[in-house]
Amino acid sequence: MDDRVDTKRRRFLTKVTVAAWAVGGTVAAFPFIRSMTPSERARAAGAPVAIDISRLEPGQMIKEEWRGKPVWIVRRTTEMLDKLMTLDDLLADPGSERSDQPAYAQNPHRSRMPEVLVMIGVCTHLGCSPVQNFAIGPASGLGDDWPGGFFCPCHGSKFDLSGRVYKNVPAPTNLVVPPYKFLNDTLILVGEDDGGTA
Amino acid sequence: MIRVLNWIDERFPVRQLWNEHLAHYYAPKNFNFWYYFGSLAILVFVIQIVTGIFLTMHYKPSSEHAFASVEYIMRDVPWGWLIRYMHAVGASAFFVIIYLHMFRALLYGSHREPRELVWLLGCIMYVLLMAEAFMGYLLPWGNMSYWGAQVIISLFTAIPWAGDALAEWLRGDFVVSDATLNRFFAFHVALIPLVLTGLVVIHILALHAVGSNNPDGIEIKKIKDEDGNPKDGIPFHPYYTVKDLFGAVVFLIVFLGVVFFIPELFGLFLEKDNFQPASILQTPSDIVPLWYFTPFYSILRAVTYPLFGIDAKFWGVVCMGLSIVLFFLLPWLDRSPVKSIRYRGWMYKTALTLFTISFIVLGYLGMKNPQHVDLFWFPNLVWAQFLFFIYFGFFLLMPLYTKWDKTKPEPERVTFK
Repeated sequence: MDDRVDTKRRRFLTKVTVAAWAVGGTVAAFPFIRSMTPSERARAAGAPVAIDISRLEPGQMIKEEWRGKPVWIVRRTTEMLDKLMTLDDLLADPGSERSDQPAYAQNPHRSRMPEVLVMIGVCTHLGCSPVQNFAIGPASGLGDDWPGGFFCPCHGSKFDLSGRVYKNVPAPTNLVVPPYKFLNDTLILVGEDDGGTA
Repeated sequence: MIRVLNWIDERFPVRQLWNEHLAHYYAPKNFNFWYYFGSLAILVFVIQIVTGIFLTMHYKPSSEHAFASVEYIMRDVPWGWLIRYMHAVGASAFFVIIYLHMFRALLYGSHREPRELVWLLGCIMYVLLMAEAFMGYLLPWGNMSYWGAQVIISLFTAIPWAGDALAEWLRGDFVVSDATLNRFFAFHVALIPLVLTGLVVIHILALHAVGSNNPDGIEIKKIKDEDGNPKDGIPFHPYYTVKDLFGAVVFLIVFLGVVFFIPELFGLFLEKDNFQPASILQTPSDIVPLWYFTPFYSILRAVTYPLFGIDAKFWGVVCMGLSIVLFFLLPWLDRSPVKSIRYRGWMYKTALTLFTISFIVLGYLGMKNPQHVDLFWFPNLVWAQFLFFIYFGFFLLMPLYTKWDKTKPEPERVTFK
């Protein structure tokens, strides 16, 4: 028998062994990594919700929950809507071209019915929920020319009453408008529109 | 007793380990105040592990029961309040100690050659400690816990392409939820402590292989006596074990003083919004992380301008990441021929002073509303943007000013000051 070590053969076997274990390890990691993605139960929990706005007064806002996220509904006054038309110079995306909303909400009031705003109350910066600040001018604490809107306390992003983001704040895009439709004059279904369920 | 020891020693090298790392480990004889924080870090780590184990006996990691189970620990479990406050204050104490421990390196050049690996291991542990603290803070399921986690996980969405999927994978849901709480619990009590324990051992082994630095920043191994031991070294045990025991007692007096009398430290160690259960519909009016993250949080918020057609959010996250990554590079950014601040010139002394001020003030601004004026003249955001440049200047200009700086000659032997 030959006592010499066949180093070439040994190196080859080492490489094959490493490669086989690397492939096996990757395959074995898959179920573990995949187990951390949202479960079937979490995926199923996203059913549409119906929201009654019959008692929502002009200038007021209600908060509901859809898919674990806050949904805001604001009934805007005519003054509020008029003011939206004067803000374009201050906004980063006044035409909502880079923002996320259904086609029927890509307009200055960002809604189906001009006065009723339906919006996801999650800042597009880092996911805080901005606070409503409908007071105008110095009373708002946000400067003398504040026209009313939303302010994110986390990182100082500002949005108008359509959820359109101001220039030079950390949030990159306007607040998200979810798909929704009116079941009747005072009942809104969030999470579904004529295009289907989100 | 001796026979038992001999019996073990024939099967496992106890004596050898004891000698190598304690009785015959020669540490420089001129250690000062700044050298307490290594052993204190180990002490706090042990406190956190022990109190943590006892907390898990009563805590329930579910979004439905978590908040109530923490209240139960505070009110109904015998001595539960003490164990929980020790754990909560321990987290802050850990960061105080680690920041001082790191500052010591900047003072005396402990991160410089040949101790780069010791420093890198330390930096990894620092990042893991931040992850550990962040995940632990979600567990009480208070409102600040919830929104803090929401914000930090959302940082990942700034990564192009994969960001949203990655954030969803980390949360295990479309928002921070029960699934998130459960996995954070697993990471907080099992994964990270396990990895940290291993790294602590490697950190110390790596240190003992190259030997400790000292306030003069010179290598004591260069001058040895006839037995081959450094002339300026003394055995770690009993000299420094005794010194560290004294330090531990002083630390425990302060630590327990806080635990007993001001465990919340006026909202700095436990925020008032966290005494309210998590609410999906209501962000706390001022959402701030705990104090040990606020310098980096300030840097994140300071970036408000888009660059190269990419929005400010992305750059904010990049700068925040960079502000931590730069620590890893310190051993290579520093070009000074001397290690200790004692023999450096005015440039490094000025730079380190400015950096320390910027770190502390950024930390302060991170707790405040960016639009308000809490210092003077300018809103907090403007101050943070100014200090942002000092912070990064310290690191990025270091190769220049450490090279230009006029240094003094290092002594042959260690000195006492």
